[in-house]
Amino acid sequence: MIDCSGRPAALLKDLFTRMTLIREAEEKIAALYPEQEMRCPTHLSIGQEAIPAAVCANLRKDDTVFLTHRCHAGYIAKGGDLNKMIAELYGKATGCTKGRGGSMHLVDPQAGLMGTSALLAASIPIACGSAFAFKQQKQDGVAVCFFGDAAVEEGTFSESLNLAALWSLPVVFVCENNGLSTCTPISRRQPSIPIAGRAEAAGIPAQALDGNDVLAVYDAASKAVARARQGRGPSFLECATYRWREHVGPNFDWDMGYRSEAEVRRWMAADPIKRFEAGLDAAGALPKEQRRLIREGILEKVEAAVAFAKKSPFPGSLDLEGAKA
Amino acid sequence: MTRELSYAQAVGEATVQALEADERVFVYGIGVDDPKAIFGTTKEAARRFGPSRVFDTPASENALTGLAIGAALGGLRPVLVHARNDFLYYCMDQLANHAAKWHAMFGGVMRAPIVVRAIVGKGWGQGAQHSQSLQALFAHLPGIQVAVPATPYDAKGVFLQAVSGNAPVVIIEHRRLHDVKAAVPEERYTVRPGQGAVVRKGKDVTIVAVSLMVSEALAAAEALKARRIDAEIVDPRWVKPLDKALILKSLKKTGRLVVLDTSWKTCGVSAEIAALAAEEGFSYLKAPVARVALPDYPAPTSAALEPLFYPGTREIVAAVERTLGRKVGRKVASSGPRQEAYIGPF
Ligand SMILES: Cc1ncc(C[n+]2csc(CCOP(=O)(O)OP(=O)(O)O)c2C)c(N)n1
Repeated sequence: MIDCSGRPAALLKDLFTRMTLIREAEEKIAALYPEQEMRCPTHLSIGQEAIPAAVCANLRKDDTVFLTHRCHAGYIAKGGDLNKMIAELYGKATGCTKGRGGSMHLVDPQAGLMGTSALLAASIPIACGSAFAFKQQKQDGVAVCFFGDAAVEEGTFSESLNLAALWSLPVVFVCENNGLSTCTPISRRQPSIPIAGRAEAAGIPAQALDGNDVLAVYDAASKAVARARQGRGPSFLECATYRWREHVGPNFDWDMGYRSEAEVRRWMAADPIKRFEAGLDAAGALPKEQRRLIREGILEKVEAAVAFAKKSPFPGSLDLEGAKA
Repeated sequence: MTRELSYAQAVGEATVQALEADERVFVYGIGVDDPKAIFGTTKEAARRFGPSRVFDTPASENALTGLAIGAALGGLRPVLVHARNDFLYYCMDQLANHAAKWHAMFGGVMRAPIVVRAIVGKGWGQGAQHSQSLQALFAHLPGIQVAVPATPYDAKGVFLQAVSGNAPVVIIEHRRLHDVKAAVPEERYTVRPGQGAVVRKGKDVTIVAVSLMVSEALAAAEALKARRIDAEIVDPRWVKPLDKALILKSLKKTGRLVVLDTSWKTCGVSAEIAALAAEEGFSYLKAPVARVALPDYPAPTSAALEPLFYPGTREIVAAVERTLGRKVGRKVASSGPRQEAYIGPF
């Protein structure tokens, strides 16, 4: 049970809203993807919403966030423009990268969304660089990097942690450990040592968390962000969670054989949003009717974004001048 | 009756035959034994030979490449597979500073023959980080051979050559070719390094094309035929070593050269081949060399921009007409790159 008692109403509402917006946007994309109009590889975060929602609820607009191929959730949680996101999936000129980046490369500098890489672990050192820029210029901004459990296997992961610890950079590393790298379980990729332990070994305070408990992640992120902001250095959050849908694309994939339907169902029963709602009910916070109204508003917002995307024009030219080095 | 295999099946068959023929061979890389098995290319190998010789790996490309070198020094024949070329940048240090140099830098006292397969993505918004063609990057390095097979026959032949040769080899496959079917002999055979092929005989112009651009060239040749232009198409099959003699021979015959590449124009394979013509075939040239390659721009994802980015029949025909001094710009029946039948997700 997620204990919501004694929490500010505004915080509970904020977390619920962020998670629900991610969920409803992702569900809409999953429903529309078969129309074949979003012509780009699309990685959904359904089931993993609590982590970006909880972390980003601790961030200021000018804090920076760096994401991976699975970037919709972080983009939404950090306040990225939803219209521009959906339009980008449709390859439209009004998209956040004007049809250049697609689903895997969402950015919104106005919201502090400074970069995504579809190459594993690549945004980790870049987030360190963003943190370095804050520090060098005596600003109190915080850089946050989200990545999956496979990123941990890349060399640049270890190199980046060393830099961050050595130079006491204001960066928060957030590992969304869903136990899978495409179709390969973590047990076949890493010895059974906790990922958080690697960060500790690098000299970075680290915590292993239930990533489907939005308040647990919120509390840990709140400490990590405060620490970074006060100039006390990096932190690492390992958040256990699970991806419901296939690695890339809108479907369920338990028929593929790399995981069982029972396993997926078990995690769906541990839905981070439903768990949070149960906690809200138990604490008598954010009543059902209010949640219904919030969800309704979100559904409208998502519909509007899809309508915006569909009626937007396609980009007309490559704009080669803009790419000149 | 000749048996047909798809390009992907041909790679798969070559992999199985290499594992069968030589117990030192092993195949590894992200996803080689997962349900997708690198677009099916390693499925049969994984089924037949199991996890001791065909196995999945952590996402640690550079270390996996170094491991290949060490394993080769220890007497094994590693085959490292990447679902995309783009991941090769992670292997760059071990490939460029180590694999490429292990033989010559140590005075020729050792060899580290490793095989690296990597696939080029294209279409369905693969975008800037999932659709690069890196043949030029590796061809630039002394000590590495680079194959760019365009047919099922060549895909099998270069693979079997690579696992039995004594140099490090990077094989650049193209995802858009994986489903193409053609005759492939059942037995083992090799396509030797530096052995190109004339895939279409002609007399008016030489088109040198690699990888996917060979099929674009063949399509363009039909459009050219309708204009009474008879194109000869040369597929070098390896960009390093390059079959210079074959290219020069064709150029000598036609006097005109158009070069097609799947990658960027600047400092790419098309530049190297144009330089070959300038250096060693200048007296044959009746017109400036023309090149058709990617503009200096990362691949965009939008379905509206991909056709503007990737050249096809229209651009090839225009380039050929330029070398023939014809007026360019008349309508070409089939224009732009041919639309993929492919449906997402990728
Ligand atoms: C350098 C590199 N190697 C391989 C890949 C192929 N790839 C794309 S996503 C993925 C799985 C990533 O798993 P994880 O980091 O845990 O993130 P998740 O997809 O679970 O969110 C792989 C192997 C890649 N994109 N980049």
